[in-house]
Amino acid sequence: MDNYIKDRKPDHDEWMPFTGLEEGSSLPSGDIYVPLEEWLQARETLLARNGRLGVAVRNTDNLGILKDDLERLDLVVLEFPKMADGRAFSQARLLRERYGFKGEIRATGDILHDQLFYMQRCGINGFEIREDQDISSSLKAFDEMTITYQPACDEEFPIWRREK
Amino acid sequence: MYQYSEQDHQLLLERVEQFRGQVQRRLSGQLSEDEFKHQRLRNGLYLQLHAYMLRVAIPYGLLSSDQMRTLAHIARKYDKGYGHFSTRQNIQYNWPKLEDVPDILDDLASVEMHAIQTSGNCIRNTTSDPLAGVSRDELEDPRPYCELIRQWSTFHPEFNFLPRKFKIAVSGAAHDRAAVAVHDIGLRLIKNAEGETGFEVHVGGGLGRTPMIGKVIRTFLPKQDMLTYLEAILRVYNLLGRRDNLYKARIKILVHETGEEKFRELVEEEWQKIKASGLFLRDEDLTWIKGFFKDPEYETLPDRDAEFENLLLSNADFARWVDKNVELHKQSGYRIVYLSLKTAHQPPGDVTADQMDAIADLSDRYSLGQIRTTHRQNLVLSDVRLQDLPALWGELTALDLATPNYNHVTDIISCPGLDYCALATARSIPISQALTNRFDDYDYVNDLGDISINISGCINACGHHHVANIGILGVNKKGIEVYQLTLGGSAREDASIGKIIGPAFEADQIVDAVSDVLAVYLENREDPEETFLATYRRLGEAPFKERLYG
Repeated sequence: MDNYIKDRKPDHDEWMPFTGLEEGSSLPSGDIYVPLEEWLQARETLLARNGRLGVAVRNTDNLGILKDDLERLDLVVLEFPKMADGRAFSQARLLRERYGFKGEIRATGDILHDQLFYMQRCGINGFEIREDQDISSSLKAFDEMTITYQPACDEEFPIWRREK
Repeated sequence: MYQYSEQDHQLLLERVEQFRGQVQRRLSGQLSEDEFKHQRLRNGLYLQLHAYMLRVAIPYGLLSSDQMRTLAHIARKYDKGYGHFSTRQNIQYNWPKLEDVPDILDDLASVEMHAIQTSGNCIRNTTSDPLAGVSRDELEDPRPYCELIRQWSTFHPEFNFLPRKFKIAVSGAAHDRAAVAVHDIGLRLIKNAEGETGFEVHVGGGLGRTPMIGKVIRTFLPKQDMLTYLEAILRVYNLLGRRDNLYKARIKILVHETGEEKFRELVEEEWQKIKASGLFLRDEDLTWIKGFFKDPEYETLPDRDAEFENLLLSNADFARWVDKNVELHKQSGYRIVYLSLKTAHQPPGDVTADQMDAIADLSDRYSLGQIRTTHRQNLVLSDVRLQDLPALWGELTALDLATPNYNHVTDIISCPGLDYCALATARSIPISQALTNRFDDYDYVNDLGDISINISGCINACGHHHVANIGILGVNKKGIEVYQLTLGGSAREDASIGKIIGPAFEADQIVDAVSDVLAVYLENREDPEETFLATYRRLGEAPFKERLYG
């Protein structure tokens, strides 16, 4: 089993990262995700292939550039290079709330138990948990807190405007 | 005062349980100190020189008497019998044991208090004017807005791993008693030409290594838009703030490097997209939150009292205390009373458990059961009847809480310094005490008038030395603690950053140096009404430099 959680359950990761796309090179089959710049350079080639497509972005990328492509993608991979680097929390909310992305948003990098609750609220639903972490304990993180004050991807309104 | 809902209580209980689990994982060795650090720092728990330090939030500085009694109980049971009130309306305990911290948090939760987001790179406790709701110069009570910000920012999922810590202050009065200009975001309630109240939005103030006064990025923001606008600022900061260098990660650096104009454009562009979102504050939302902060039922009283006036004439000590530590109230027959935490016997801001219990009782008997904490590390009883001042003064004097020095030379802000802090490079408490001992003559203190001295024990500037009229910064130079002097700072509505006057002084010279600075002021002021700051601004540094360095 991979150290991977999808929609709050341990899951098998079917996606393969792929990079190094060149003119005339053959593409693997199955579900692959490519770096953002390769997607921007070779959209049509990639779409002509069989299998689902994803894009991996850096946490410094402005995701507005992807907004017209999102309907053709099934996965966006976000990076959390270290726990303290929270840029991708904003990217996730923008993908879901502003650009209406419906596919998987995946967190990769330094992913531990204690970020999961916040990530889920920001619309992230795939998690590559750091390899040394116990996945069964990580799964509990989603339910540690039941009260949320502010709107995010899971709530349109702050607590004072919700049905009591 | 805001009353917790069931959900507010539930959230605190869940948080305590979550933290209890984290502490257990740490104590059993499943979490390394380094991994645990991320968790404890989200809950106000620092590892200091000698022990852990727990910082407890006092949202916008407002405490009930029962909350104060619980703070006393914690100081007595889990600490060494005292607590330290900080410049940002928190209280700090210096000696808790790690295994006791979950129980401390349980005790706090029982009175609607917590240590959530009092440390770490997240939105910290929102601070405000300690005279909110009672001062005569107030346009509108800022506390309902602070409470909305508290709720919005608590466990905000997007902004819990910011580039750096983030501090917000809100003021609703003509005079700024909340230091809004030196906060990451400062909100000042103002009236526009149409007579509507809204916010002047200051962004990018802060102290530390690179002190800056905040820039006004919006001259008028309708109140209904407060939270959407804050969310827009935070999103821009979270995405674009620097993360390559700890010392360049605050929003002040982003504003500075991006440029004020461009930064404003980025925020406005983001805001346009979210201003109609669920965070928009409807009139009924504002009415609901303001309902928690209604005026108490004041008695109808004359603004004179014979016993008070007799004592004023017959007792010089009482008259001094009234002159220095008592302020007019918006309500006839009531006064605002400052409790000075600045004596020669305790470090600035420190209060013993016995004093806390006594203050709680005094607030019940004389001030509608509430206490406020101030930016300058004092306490306030905000609703005291004029006729009760003589009795209150007697009791405060017995508790050593009536030193007549509010906003005067011995009302010193000081960080804990090298006596406690792991970051400090020099001691600050002994310097503040040496100054307090030197300037112990009331007539001299009175003559000096309105003046501020702040002391920091390292360049992180927790003692706010940059914005003191006279700032003292302790640094370590080749193994010796030396003290730099800065002059001309202000944390009020005329905020400015002080300027280093010259080479640093050794510990045994710094008190004389301050004394020289004060002498230059007294010799050069135009009249007793001209404050130290006004004199310094008129004359510049030259005469001070001349006296100090020849």
